[in-house]
Amino acid sequence: MAEKIATREAYGNALVEFGNEYENLVVLDADLAEATKTCKFKAAHPDRFFDCGIAEGNMMGVAAGLAASGYIPFASSFAMFAAGRAFEQVRNMIGYPHLNVKIGATHAGLTVGEDGATHQCNEDIALMRTIPGMTIINPADAVEAKAAVKAAIEFKGPVYLRFGRFAVPTINSEDYTFELGRGVELCDGKDVSIVASGLTVHMALEAAELLKADGISARVINIHTIKPIDADILIKAAKETGAIVTAEEHSIIGGLGSAVAEVLSEKCPVPMRRIGVGDKFGKSGQVPDLLKEYGITAENIVAKAKEVIKIKK
Amino acid sequence: MNNEKLAMLTEKAKLVRKGIIESTHAAGCGHPGGSLSIADIVTYLYFAEMNIDEKNPKMENRDRFVLSKGHAAPALYSVLANRGFFPLEDLKTLRKTGSYLQGHPDMKGTPGVDMSTGSLGLGISGACGMALAGKLSGNSYRVYCAVGDGESEEGQVWEAAMFAAHYKLDNLTVFLDLNGLQIDGKITDVINPTPHDEKFAAFGWNVITIDGHNFAEIEDAVNAAKACKGKPTAIIAKTTKGKGVSFMENQVGWHGKAPNDEQYATAMAELD
Repeated sequence: MAEKIATREAYGNALVEFGNEYENLVVLDADLAEATKTCKFKAAHPDRFFDCGIAEGNMMGVAAGLAASGYIPFASSFAMFAAGRAFEQVRNMIGYPHLNVKIGATHAGLTVGEDGATHQCNEDIALMRTIPGMTIINPADAVEAKAAVKAAIEFKGPVYLRFGRFAVPTINSEDYTFELGRGVELCDGKDVSIVASGLTVHMALEAAELLKADGISARVINIHTIKPIDADILIKAAKETGAIVTAEEHSIIGGLGSAVAEVLSEKCPVPMRRIGVGDKFGKSGQVPDLLKEYGITAENIVAKAKEVIKIKK
Repeated sequence: MNNEKLAMLTEKAKLVRKGIIESTHAAGCGHPGGSLSIADIVTYLYFAEMNIDEKNPKMENRDRFVLSKGHAAPALYSVLANRGFFPLEDLKTLRKTGSYLQGHPDMKGTPGVDMSTGSLGLGISGACGMALAGKLSGNSYRVYCAVGDGESEEGQVWEAAMFAAHYKLDNLTVFLDLNGLQIDGKITDVINPTPHDEKFAAFGWNVITIDGHNFAEIEDAVNAAKACKGKPTAIIAKTTKGKGVSFMENQVGWHGKAPNDEQYATAMAELD
């Protein structure tokens, strides 16, 4: 298996690197710099780093004011507080005026692990998706995370970037080209399409290998940009493979699975299964145990793929 | 303050108040009470203090104003129209379908509006961000912000107060519009946010208390804020809700209600 790096690490490194290139890039944090990895930027560019303390609502407003004055602020905290606590500030101060603020949300999903339900945000994508004009990127590995930061800087408008705490395998090569809003077909297949995002992308690849051993040809699609979503790649997959399985480290209510279902139910309905956190909270535990308990595994993708193939026309 | 300046400001404030009555009457809704209480403050800022250009509303080094108590939009719109940012007759489109004068300020749609506000407690954070940007860029502009006394019950106001003092944002001046009333009654009865002066001082701010309807006092306080280094300034402005219209003054009921035709005529006559 390739080298494992958490996307939050790549986020911190990318901020340092692009901070050299973009003099108007500033970073805000809410007393979590060591965890979100903005501490790297703080060390490299101390004059452009501002700790806002444990006050996420104010941080989002400060970011709005900076953006309204020509800066590109990255406002960082855990997903729970960036998207959850500060939802209304993000909606009204950043989303409504479509300000050029980038929200770097780390520790998203179940892979927070031991801290448990209060810190495991499985709802952030659902919340952010409802804000008009908000772009949402959920990178799968360190390479994609860096590329996503660059794309967010170059895009003018609010962007929500979702990063994980847990180290994940690097699946993309260094020459990988990231296109905002464009899904990536990682391997072709004809029997079923597995649509994944973030943490689940490497699981989807593993599942495709397992399915192959059983004589099933699975297509794997990485949806790194959840909004705006790449409808074309989804419709093509539905038409050509006739069955879809989505997999995400997020609630199946309002996240990737919902977004895919919204597109396909209108444009090309096919049998579909959604893997993700059900209508329940997370809990403390070790990451592999939690992922297994909540069904976010390559094995479950395989099972759901077989299930959905059976009911396809 | 010399007599000439005082006469000019008095005249402009009268026009600003008329615009508030005109627009809320035309809209059939809106917030005249809290708009009238800050009318003199915004008149002073826009006609005697701020470095702004109505022909170039986004001028980089302009002074900024954030109406954190965004429901007082009629006061902001009236002062902007009277200052030439857009036609006075457009005030009558307030809150109407298709108008660029939204119920609460929209920086994307209205010339001269520096920050979208309306959800209480948020604007002051935006003002902090603008002041921080001024420090970072080395620009000399100043940032002014109006916060309601009821609004100060929002915790975020104090998060922002902590931030501004910590980062020594001495280019930020906040007017706390102490009119004493909020929707449900007297601020001291609903949930007492006073004393504002001691609270801001405890957060590390330079604090000045004035009569918010006295132009000489507003001028002295603004100048003192500019002279104060290393600290943001809070100007606690004692005001009268509904100021200038006798039947609206100090009446809770005039927080969010528009004058009918008869009340409109009376109000306009009183303001003449």
